[in-house]
Amino acid sequence: MVEIKNIHKKFGKNKVLKGIDLEIPDEGIFAVLGPNGSGKTTLIKSILGMVVPDQGEIYVQGKKTHANGLYRKNIDYLPQIANFPGNLGVKELLGMIQDLRGGNAQADHLIKLFHLEPFLDKKLSNLSGGTKQKVNIVLTFMFDSPLIILDEPTTGLDPIALLHLKELIQREKEKGKTILVTSHIMSFVEEISDEIVFILEGKIYFKGNIHQLREKTQQTDFEHAIAHLLKKNHA
Amino acid sequence: MLKILKYSFFDLIRSRWSYVYLLFYLLLSFVLLFLNQDLSKAVITLMNVIIILVPLIGTIFGVMYYYNSKEFTELLLAQPVKRSSIFLGQYLGVALSLVMSLVLGLGIPFVFYGLFQSSAIWNFSLLLITGAMLTFIFTALAFNIALYNENKIKGFSYAILLWLFLAVIYDGLFLMSLIVFETYPLDKFTLIATTFNPIDLSRILILLKLDIAALLGYTGAVFQKFFGTNLGLFAALSTLMVWVVLPVLNIARKAKKKDF
Repeated sequence: MVEIKNIHKKFGKNKVLKGIDLEIPDEGIFAVLGPNGSGKTTLIKSILGMVVPDQGEIYVQGKKTHANGLYRKNIDYLPQIANFPGNLGVKELLGMIQDLRGGNAQADHLIKLFHLEPFLDKKLSNLSGGTKQKVNIVLTFMFDSPLIILDEPTTGLDPIALLHLKELIQREKEKGKTILVTSHIMSFVEEISDEIVFILEGKIYFKGNIHQLREKTQQTDFEHAIAHLLKKNHA
Repeated sequence: MLKILKYSFFDLIRSRWSYVYLLFYLLLSFVLLFLNQDLSKAVITLMNVIIILVPLIGTIFGVMYYYNSKEFTELLLAQPVKRSSIFLGQYLGVALSLVMSLVLGLGIPFVFYGLFQSSAIWNFSLLLITGAMLTFIFTALAFNIALYNENKIKGFSYAILLWLFLAVIYDGLFLMSLIVFETYPLDKFTLIATTFNPIDLSRILILLKLDIAALLGYTGAVFQKFFGTNLGLFAALSTLMVWVVLPVLNIARKAKKKDF
């Protein structure tokens, strides 16, 4: 689905990505992990074309990404920070994104799922952080694209909404989609992901499934296994 | 691009600041017209206000809108939309909403006071056109500044400095150079120097149309000879156009390379 070839990116003197090669399979949930500042978001933004890599190539569905960004029609993206133009209402925002992307979107069942009906006519600047994140999730999942990218999807969600989110992700997976997730909530990653890739200081440090990670680090607990990876590297 | 323009525009015309801006102009022109029933004189007074205020509002609004809509821009960047369309759409949204406030705020009171029966209508239209041009120019410059500066404080400072430079300091330097080099023939120099400052250019354009060039003495005569003709008017307006086009092209160029 996504093929990343030798991506390099630096911001000023800070080299964030130092030659990442990665192939993301056509189906399943793929988690990108790593400590703060390891380059997860930069990697995701490179796939989306929001960050222009210094070197390397990215192929989405076999086609090289292009500066005009039209390939993004096949990607649903949930950004890390949910911040929207404050003057717009929720309904207007949903309408606007639908209008911009074209194609048909199904938002109604998602609005019901996250109980957003009372907020539909409210302005986005008056919504709480968690509610904004719910709107963000609705925006992402209302389209039916083969690739879904979620950057820290759990931020600010209450337990019920989190449950719904997990269900949503599972349902999309069953449709045979590719889902790319980053998160710091290890239990969340452990529960949903099929395969993980661990990025450290701009390089891929581990790639495989959780079972393999446990074997490699000889830790039974996923959280400890990740911590072990980090410690071993810094030792 | 049109879709982005539409949303930016509607977003802006519902914001409080657009109304404050509109109300300010409404109030200003009503008060002016109430105090001296003469439309031509009101145009001159308005010119003095507009030539300073429009660039200031244009830069501040431009920078503010860019920084405030940063997350929104990121949302748009993840959609299948071209980058240049996003930024040009937003730019036009800001500029057009400001122009609308200007035109409505000045236009309504003047129409109310019988603009269409008055001979001041051409001067007034020229005032509106230069006001609109200045808005387009300074909003574009503001977007450039904001695109080059991630840091809000820095961006704001540069924007204010730019305005201060073109509205005040440039004139000071200009006058100083005229005094220092007074023994040389300076008419060509003054002509060229004014084209490098859109504020000066607009001011002179309006002054000459108002037939008060005599106030400017000999230089006024030179200007009158150049700008007073249709050719001069055309040249001045095209220079203002260049002031719009170059920054706008740079917005598109810079936007293509930027990381978000």
